Amino acid sequence: METYSLLREFADSWMLLALTVVFVLVIFWAWRPGSRAMHDDAANSIFRHDASPARDTQTAHRPSKELSK
Amino acid sequence: MWEYLKLIVLAVVAVGAAIAANYAHDLPYMVNAVVVMLAAAITFLWTLRHVGDPPSLADVSANYNDGVVKAGVIATTFWGIVGFLVGVVIAFQLAFPELNPAWSQGILNFGRLRPLHTSAVIFAFGGNALIMSSFYIVQRTSAVRLWGGNLGWFVFWGWQLMIVLAATSYVLGGTQGKEYAETVWYIDLWITVVWVAFLLTFLGTLMSRKEPHIYVANWFLLSMIVTVAMLHVVNNAAIPVSLFSSQSVPVYSGVQDAMVQWWYGHNAVGFFLTAGFLGMMYYFVPKQAERPIYSYKLSIIHFWALIFLYIWAGPHHLHYTALPDWASTLGMVFSVMLWMPSWGGMINGLMTLSGAWDKLRTDPIIRMMVVSIGFYGMSTFEGPMMSIRAVNSLSHYTDWTIGHVHSGALGWNGMITFGVLYFLTPRLWNRERLYSLQLVSWHFWLATIGIVLYASSMWVTGIMEGLMWREVDANGFLVNAFADTVAAKFPMYVVRALGGTLFLAGALIMCYNLWKTVTSVDRKSTAPSAVPAE
Repeated sequence: METYSLLREFADSWMLLALTVVFVLVIFWAWRPGSRAMHDDAANSIFRHDASPARDTQTAHRPSKELSK
Repeated sequence: MWEYLKLIVLAVVAVGAAIAANYAHDLPYMVNAVVVMLAAAITFLWTLRHVGDPPSLADVSANYNDGVVKAGVIATTFWGIVGFLVGVVIAFQLAFPELNPAWSQGILNFGRLRPLHTSAVIFAFGGNALIMSSFYIVQRTSAVRLWGGNLGWFVFWGWQLMIVLAATSYVLGGTQGKEYAETVWYIDLWITVVWVAFLLTFLGTLMSRKEPHIYVANWFLLSMIVTVAMLHVVNNAAIPVSLFSSQSVPVYSGVQDAMVQWWYGHNAVGFFLTAGFLGMMYYFVPKQAERPIYSYKLSIIHFWALIFLYIWAGPHHLHYTALPDWASTLGMVFSVMLWMPSWGGMINGLMTLSGAWDKLRTDPIIRMMVVSIGFYGMSTFEGPMMSIRAVNSLSHYTDWTIGHVHSGALGWNGMITFGVLYFLTPRLWNRERLYSLQLVSWHFWLATIGIVLYASSMWVTGIMEGLMWREVDANGFLVNAFADTVAAKFPMYVVRALGGTLFLAGALIMCYNLWKTVTSVDRKSTAPSAVPAE
């Protein structure tokens, strides 16, 4: 089989399937239970460290467990 | 040691460029070689004057590198005005062909100025806006200073040099003939060097971050940097005919070349003008609204859906060509699927204001950002529609395409960038506020009315021209000659040029406002505003 036909067949079968599965998994991963605290923390990260970088001695953020309390 | 090495390299480049200018086969190459020689000589002198300076003892890691962002604000504003001005000039040239006088042929006629306009607004205005925003956002969301010392400055100045090289090359006829990738081979090589430095600066900052999570704006910006690098290198693969010529031969030919070009072309829209600017949206809109993004989960899905779908949309530029039907159908289907992430992202941006809609009344900057998100939604609705084969048979090669591009570029990219410039200037120069909110309102309305005039006149003229081209009489003969459509378009071309003038006028008002903000607004009092609001 010539290269073009081989790649073409691979692209619209296994590769298409693989990419679709990865995509669906990514969506489920985003919606996984228990991710809300981490996502809220990330969404609010833009309101920290506005004027200067985090100093080494201070922790840059509060751990998400503490946040969800 | 490092300084001496720099001096040697700069001297070699300057002398080499002088020799190259001497051997040049064509005018654009010679002028570009002279520009490189001057740039290297100026950098050489600057470096020489600073040799032996005592190393600064201040610990810079306690501060963000905002100098390079400030320079980005200035460059973005400057190139924006240049790009809009050239756009207005060529719009009037199309309406009134007498504006292409005989003495200016071969330098200032429409054909030479058109790539100057597109590259100035996309790569000079848009590119500087992206570099500036990336550097601002990645430092603050990583809570560390920009990685790589002066590498950020190399990216900034390297990009400006690229712009000057491209502009001087275009007006003298240096081009590869690839739309939005007109830059000739040696400028392409230089873009690659600068872009890799940009990638390193961005990645280095992300890797040394002190926040555990990489904020979603950085995902969009990083995908922009990585994808544009890939597109640029593949599309510009070419073999120069001589070391001293701007001419080169592309490594692809025929339909493969066309497909590679539009794979590049559409993803330049998708990743440079969409993903990169979405990164700006996901940071600056929540900041200006002072509330977090509506749904962080939706932003993650927006990102992955955009990445998975956009890269396949290019073939919709090649309907009814030598490209196989399956490929153009694939491009069409993926373009239509892009509706979902685009509108998801638009809703996410707009709903960030939920519970704070009153800000639209009081804050013209947030109004600008919201209108920009609205235009993002409208042009990402229009685009997939135009990619459907049946619609494309009417819209392709007409001014409808130009109208679509400008509703995206002026409305989405332009407006969000204006919002960001208004956001950044008082903060970077440490001013209490903008000079005048009323002038921001003036800018807002001038720009909005300008875009509406532009887009609506292009819809009318585009659809009219498409219908005129396909009109046949009872015997199957075409009714209209091409020149008939050109004559019929005249009033719409005048309206379009007026719309562009309004948009340019708004940008000039912004320039004045930003200038006055820096020069005549009081410094912000240095009360402990740096304490994080935890």
